[in-house]
Amino acid sequence: MKNRLKVLRAERDWTQADLANALDVSRQTANAIEKGKFDPSLPLAFKIARLFTLPVEEIFFDDPP
Amino acid sequence: MTDSKHNETICTQQNNTNNFQLALWTLAWVASTAFLRFGAEYIWDYQAAYSIIALITHLALGAAMIMVNVKHLSNIDELQRKITMDAMCITLGVGLIAGIAYEQLEDIKLITFEPEINHLIMLMAITYIIATLIGNKKYQ
Repeated sequence: MKNRLKVLRAERDWTQADLANALDVSRQTANAIEKGKFDPSLPLAFKIARLFTLPVEEIFFDDPP
Repeated sequence: MTDSKHNETICTQQNNTNNFQLALWTLAWVASTAFLRFGAEYIWDYQAAYSIIALITHLALGAAMIMVNVKHLSNIDELQRKITMDAMCITLGVGLIAGIAYEQLEDIKLITFEPEINHLIMLMAITYIIATLIGNKKYQ
């Protein structure tokens, strides 16, 4: 699954540590989600959406096979 | 986002506390294992009453260690939990398959000594460490 986390984070001038703290996850987790290596759970995806005040589907989108 | 350093410190402190508690209970359980084994031989000369007390203590510490481990798992974030659970899953599989195969070795006369549980525990510990390292590397 791809995402726009890096862009959204950069727009707000946040570091990965800032994002990790806001989501209450480790920096490793924030980095893995941002790079698309790890798909977050639905609760975490909604938490991310709330943080950026955007719908989930505007942050995460399907990676076609 | 100005207090991110402060939050990160609190988060790290919480993780350190959990890790410390887990290490402490694991150490207590390992010590009770040694106490049970060597206490019977060198301290109370295999008197059943003392052995039973030591055994109950050992089992109680083991139960406490499991509970602390469960608490530790619930306190870490979902990626860390996945890495840990994957490592545990691989360790369980390796332990089961290698354990049964190892036990058969003597039956089918491929080894002359009796298989020891210690060897299996060492294999499982090494497997868990390697699986955790690989998991962390994968999600870096």
